[in-house]
Amino acid sequence: MTVLEAFKSMDYGLAPESDAEALAWIAGRNAKFGHFINGEFTEPRKLFQTCNPATAKVLAQVSAGAKKDVDAAVEAANAAQPSWEAMGGSARSRYLYALARLVQKNSRLLSVLETLDNGKSIRETRDIDIPLVARHFYYHAGWARLLKSEFPGYEAAGVAGQIIPWNFPLLMLAWKVAPALAAGNTVVLKPAEYTPLTSLCFAEICQQAGLPKGVVNIVTGAGDTGALVAGHKKIDKVAFTGSSTVGRIIRQQTAGKGKKLTLELGGKSPFIVFEDADIDGAVEGLVDAIWFNQGQVCCAGSRLLMQESIAEQMLQKIKVRMDKLRVGNPMDKSIDMGAIVDPVQKQRIAELVDVGVKEGAEIYQCAASLPTDGCYYPPTLLSSVEPAMRVAQEEIFGPVLVAMTFRTPAEAVELANNTRYGLAASVWTENINLSLDIAPQVKAGIVWINSTNLFDAAAGFGGYRESGYGREGGREGMFEYLKPSFLKTLTAAKPSKTSAFTKVSAPNSVDRTRKLYVGGKQARPDGGYDRAVLDPSGKTVGQVGEGNRKDIRNAVEAASNAKSWATTTGHARAQILYYIAENLSARASEFAATLKSMTGDSHTKEVDTSIDRLFCYGAWADKFDGAVHQVPIRGVALAMNEPIGVIGIACPNEAPLLSFISLVAPAIALGNRVVALPSQDHPLAATDFYQVLETSDLPGGVLNIVTGDQDLLTKTLSEHAGVDALWHFGSANSAEAVELASIINLKQTWVAGGKARNWFDEAQSEGREFLRHASQVKNIWVPYGE
Amino acid sequence: MTAKTTSAVETSLAHLPQVHEPRNPGTALDLDRIASLQANTSAIERRAATLPGRRSVKKEYQAAWLLRAITLIDLTTLSGDDTEGRVSRLCAKAAHPVRDDILKALGMDPITTGAVCVYHEMIPTAVAALQGTGIPVAAVSTGFPAGLSPFHLRLAEIEESVKIGAKEIDIVISRRHVLTQNWQALYDEMKAFRAACGEAHIKAILATGELGTLRNVARASWVCMMAGADFIKTSTGKESVNATLPVSLTMIRAIRAYHESTGYRVGYKPAGGISKAKDAVTYLTLIKDELGDRWLRPDLFRFGASSLLGDIERQLEHHVTGRYSAANRHPIG
Repeated sequence: MTVLEAFKSMDYGLAPESDAEALAWIAGRNAKFGHFINGEFTEPRKLFQTCNPATAKVLAQVSAGAKKDVDAAVEAANAAQPSWEAMGGSARSRYLYALARLVQKNSRLLSVLETLDNGKSIRETRDIDIPLVARHFYYHAGWARLLKSEFPGYEAAGVAGQIIPWNFPLLMLAWKVAPALAAGNTVVLKPAEYTPLTSLCFAEICQQAGLPKGVVNIVTGAGDTGALVAGHKKIDKVAFTGSSTVGRIIRQQTAGKGKKLTLELGGKSPFIVFEDADIDGAVEGLVDAIWFNQGQVCCAGSRLLMQESIAEQMLQKIKVRMDKLRVGNPMDKSIDMGAIVDPVQKQRIAELVDVGVKEGAEIYQCAASLPTDGCYYPPTLLSSVEPAMRVAQEEIFGPVLVAMTFRTPAEAVELANNTRYGLAASVWTENINLSLDIAPQVKAGIVWINSTNLFDAAAGFGGYRESGYGREGGREGMFEYLKPSFLKTLTAAKPSKTSAFTKVSAPNSVDRTRKLYVGGKQARPDGGYDRAVLDPSGKTVGQVGEGNRKDIRNAVEAASNAKSWATTTGHARAQILYYIAENLSARASEFAATLKSMTGDSHTKEVDTSIDRLFCYGAWADKFDGAVHQVPIRGVALAMNEPIGVIGIACPNEAPLLSFISLVAPAIALGNRVVALPSQDHPLAATDFYQVLETSDLPGGVLNIVTGDQDLLTKTLSEHAGVDALWHFGSANSAEAVELASIINLKQTWVAGGKARNWFDEAQSEGREFLRHASQVKNIWVPYGE
Repeated sequence: MTAKTTSAVETSLAHLPQVHEPRNPGTALDLDRIASLQANTSAIERRAATLPGRRSVKKEYQAAWLLRAITLIDLTTLSGDDTEGRVSRLCAKAAHPVRDDILKALGMDPITTGAVCVYHEMIPTAVAALQGTGIPVAAVSTGFPAGLSPFHLRLAEIEESVKIGAKEIDIVISRRHVLTQNWQALYDEMKAFRAACGEAHIKAILATGELGTLRNVARASWVCMMAGADFIKTSTGKESVNATLPVSLTMIRAIRAYHESTGYRVGYKPAGGISKAKDAVTYLTLIKDELGDRWLRPDLFRFGASSLLGDIERQLEHHVTGRYSAANRHPIG
């Protein structure tokens, strides 16, 4: 190519980044890597290859972690944890700061290594991934320093087992390792088998930073190694980012083991464009939404929803823009899209696109020619897609955009929410009223207004629904690696006495039978049977309805229908809670008597504390504020605490009225609707509560109460896809079943694991811990500027 | 464009800029269209900020792109102390912007800048100095830079400049019409300017640094194109903020949409503040990716710049010798 020829053609030519230093780094380790355990690399064993997807060339051989490797890593992490936590946040922050500095210092090597191993463009690793890695360590160095003052009463979860995906290898490491270390945890991290190299480079950075041995351990391998990490009995906390399928497996594997768990899973995120949007801006947004990292992004804006009036114009603009995309060698600095991580993934993308075309979608693919070698798939647009098509529902995890249209804002929300997922959403409009109306309605953990794929350590990242639970980043993310200090002091709850029931034909012979409470009305149990409630001597003191599956179904339906409670103002919810407290107060002696009849003790204090607790959540109802995160853009990230939806609550036997109120009140205070299963042994405390509710203006369906065999009812509740979260404070043996069943819709679970709280101790039984469980954080990014 | 005309363009390009596009005749003023225009500042800024990282031009291509940039420069002097001597020197530089030995080493035929841009009083000097080079003389006009002299005098100024040999007229719009959203007045003014230009091509300077918002930039761009502008241009170089990438993105998206709806290609001229070779490459990248290669020619794109050429010359010498150059090794203009 002569200068004159280039002068005439005005082509870009080649602008490759050098891979020499990164290849030399690999060669310097004989292209063979062991695990990083207890501060040292092990001998490479049981090797498997990691390849450059852009060339199919083998980069290095990496060890497949076996049980004894995982055991050794977990052992090292356990040994290191107490002193790592005990050294204090101030000392830990120095280490995190050193890691941040070293990441910056080695940023070019890390960028090139990442591009070689993953196939994503050098522009992305250099300008996005690696700078964000450093940012996460800096940000969390700060939390380490502030831990004592900002998170009083909390301690490290312990040893964290972290399993990360291949799409942002080092960035996902940073998202997991930085908060874990800041909070005083030690970690065992398993990088994805396709992309282990930057994790191993990071291991060397840990050595350079002088990080104490065993604080960070890295075991390479495939899914079976990950399973060994997640299932290890000496792992206290499991954090996983990856597919919903594997997320479910991990939830099953860890069920009933008392491990904390966060899952950051798939998505099918809507990209909503209203007719008054800056269409050119939105089209460019799409480039960052779906053709970023070859579309292999969990929060990729993969479902384009356009208002009908602009659809034709927008599709035309998208096609023009697609033709300008450059696909090819990711090491070239003028490339928009690099290689797909592995032929297996490419095959899956191609298959799903074929299905879409067969189902009637129109396909448009970018005009740019693809390299003949390596693993590439062109930017693809599927239009005329209907929600009923597979490509509209399934995550493709590739550079494939599916386009649909809507007529009204309400329909946009309906289509946006017509998915099992709920990770992210983009909303494009120049109308601030519209954008701020849509953002809270979309079921997603992150909403970007007139923008897309903005990430920062200061703003939590994580999903609603089947996109998982837990947040990474921000203050909210720190709680995922902390636990209340009092938990370790709790003792086992006494098992229930009345696990079986004697069928009593209705109508019964005793004074009064308490019915169920569903949709604001007292309801006869569907099965038509009642159960006896006994006093400590075994004498029947009353009867309650024996609820069954259908009663649960009816209760969940009533709760689902009471949607408007979520948008009722905190002020109004507060007044109702105060009113309930006032009405309970008027009948305090009656409740004390009922409690005494069931348990034999005096219970004036329990009733008084219950009233006070209602006041507590009346107070909180309009005060559990969100936050405005300081993200590095001209704009704000609004962290809004939103209610989760329908929460099933299985209440404990201890302090039956107080524990019931302590669990139900925070949930409804924040706008959730509840299906409560009262104490198995002493349900009358809750059933007498109906009358209080009936005189207190609580809208029907907000609180539903079903008595009966708590374990059986819990099972139905945990399996119900319409229940968004389940709090289980019932029997120990049911806790595992709850977590197992939760995989149906990946509902959030909060289980006591058979431990009894002291419901009279405010530190254990009220406040922010409860409110956090009753809410999920939605981060709304609002860039501004005219 | 047929293959034959393409090659004609290629051959002539290295020598002199020629106009091959049908001129934009303008359209009726479409106020609905103007009202519907949107420009989201933060989205535009993100695109502008990431663009330099998305494209990189190296080695022969870099030299070629810089040479192309030279052919797109309106070599400019717009100072109160301009004299005939100063303008003659500038014109000589426009005709020989790069040292012959460097051009030869690069294997290039001679090139010239796109035009020379001066005040009205300097037109005769420039026309005489550029005799036979084919380089057009552009004149700033209409009470440049503020555009607040009497309207009939502004029209007369255009006519006078055209009469004495200016082939291109860079007019300034009345910013007050934009700031008060008086699109009819802006349209009428622009149309009158265009009529006064006759055969001379007209570049409409929006003075974007004084328009307040990118939305106003988009709207003013459209109104000027509807009124028949051949080029739209960012700035006079006298505002406190001149050409920026976000403003450029806003204006070239307007040009693209205007082409899509009318079939006419309007040119673009960023002016002021572009002084580094690297900046020039970034601008060309923006044009190539957002508008297409057709706009990378002097009939549709110009840099309004005075010191850019010097930096490009040093980069070209570095390309040839592998050693960094110095300003005194290149003749001044």
